[in-house]
Amino acid sequence: MILGIVLAYLALVLVIGAASHRQSRGTGEDFFVASRTIGPFVLLMTLFGTHMTSFALLGASAESYRVGIGVFALMASSSALMVPLVFLFVGTRVWSLGKRHGFLTQVQMLRHRWQSEAVGVLLFIVLVLLLIPYLLIGVMGGGITLAEITSGAVPVWVGGLLISVVVLTYVSFGGMRGTAWVNTFQTALFMVLGAVTAVVIVDRLGGVDRAMTRLAEAAPELLVRGELVRPLQLLSYTLIPLSVGMFPHIFSHWLSARRATAFRASIIGYPLCIVAVWVPSVLLGVFGRLDFPDLAGPAANSVLVKMIAIHAPGVLGGLLAAGVFAAIMSSLDSQSLALGTMFTQDLVRRYWPDLSDQRQVLSGRLFVIVVVGLTFALSLVAQRSIFGLAVWTFTGYAALLPILLAALFWRRSTAVGALSALVVVSGLWLVAFFRGWSQPDFSIGGTGLMPVVAMFAASAVAMVVGSLASTPPPAEVVERFIPRSVR
Amino acid sequence: MRRSWLLLVVVAIYLLHNDLWWWDDPRRVFGLPIGLAYHVGYCLVVSAVMAVAVRRAWPLAVGEAGGREREP
Repeated sequence: MILGIVLAYLALVLVIGAASHRQSRGTGEDFFVASRTIGPFVLLMTLFGTHMTSFALLGASAESYRVGIGVFALMASSSALMVPLVFLFVGTRVWSLGKRHGFLTQVQMLRHRWQSEAVGVLLFIVLVLLLIPYLLIGVMGGGITLAEITSGAVPVWVGGLLISVVVLTYVSFGGMRGTAWVNTFQTALFMVLGAVTAVVIVDRLGGVDRAMTRLAEAAPELLVRGELVRPLQLLSYTLIPLSVGMFPHIFSHWLSARRATAFRASIIGYPLCIVAVWVPSVLLGVFGRLDFPDLAGPAANSVLVKMIAIHAPGVLGGLLAAGVFAAIMSSLDSQSLALGTMFTQDLVRRYWPDLSDQRQVLSGRLFVIVVVGLTFALSLVAQRSIFGLAVWTFTGYAALLPILLAALFWRRSTAVGALSALVVVSGLWLVAFFRGWSQPDFSIGGTGLMPVVAMFAASAVAMVVGSLASTPPPAEVVERFIPRSVR
Repeated sequence: MRRSWLLLVVVAIYLLHNDLWWWDDPRRVFGLPIGLAYHVGYCLVVSAVMAVAVRRAWPLAVGEAGGREREP
């Protein structure tokens, strides 16, 4: 039953991907950014789906089970503010520059901005390395979920393989348009299924009021922030969503917009989508304490799966598995496509500039196949503790944002500044990572202040100092990016 | 003018995210603990502010790709 629903869902995804292929124009710009023709609604859905992973369903409920309602303030409402701000001030400007100069990747844009091959190469390496654990988490998450929902009847590798093959098929055939269309369907699906799951289970628990009253007796600490969330932690978590400004997979979706005003729906709708997905997840997580009062360690990670198993097995279990697959695949597809785009544009075309459009698209497809294949192979040997890497990936990308901000808004910024920031971020990331990676709640000096604060500040300082210490960039190059005439 | 207005609102909203005053408050609003209900309301307010911002403080200037059309 469960497997049947999942397979039906995957078949539907492939049909949508195939339909998008019929609209293809066969050019590089079409494959990588859908010829910049995506409208407001699809843009909102695909950006949100790309940003949200299975963490928004499974991780959020597991965290809430442990920490209580404070999870919503930490991770959801901070994104609801920061992400639209990044879209408004950074996204629209990136789109505008991409449209005018024909950029397809971050590396192209920043290499051009500072006329520096070194910035391009180093940025490429850092962006790609930070993305690999993220891909891995997606493939492994799918396998583990399917295994848990079917109580082990489906081995972990089968789920991972299913996800990899399906994503590979529609990304390499549909390119950006296929990805955006499929994402729209998948995002709608996991938003609806999350809400339906919550309504069914809360109803079984006797309604929100009754469940809350029971919880107030059983585990009152989950209904306040109390000692479980610290004020400095809440403050510093607001920097984590800034990572959205540096994700290669979000960047390519920005470029695919038909016009700048297509961003409006995303900027306004984003906080509402956050509420729609995160409130059910957080509620189900805290209510998990009523049914399963003492799950510890990794067992808490599957609290949502366990609740479905006792309250609504069968159909709902299958639908939830499809929802989790949707959340995972809507990120994995954009990430693979972004990697393919970067490989083709930043390496292949850079060094074989005469390559035809068809060859470009082909090399992009082949690279996506290699990357997803490698990710699947890695998922067979990787430890489950890899999931701890998620917050570090976010931290790294967030700390890179000052570089993009300087490129877009600071006329005096230079290649030396950008290189200093890249080196500082890489160095600090490695130090913090090896110190804190085994502790899930690692904070600076145990104060609750997250490493992202120090890294973001150090990156900004390096950018400023490095730029001021080097010769100012030529005015005509700056003019192309930050024109004085229009200010 | 419109930019400085938006900046002030954004700073205020950013500060309001740190709702230390409900930290240990167990009361419930609309059936939800107040610490959760506040942040749900917060998201709705952000959405409303953004709806005004995209109309009144569009960051791309006249003449840029994606900026408002030039006045005739």
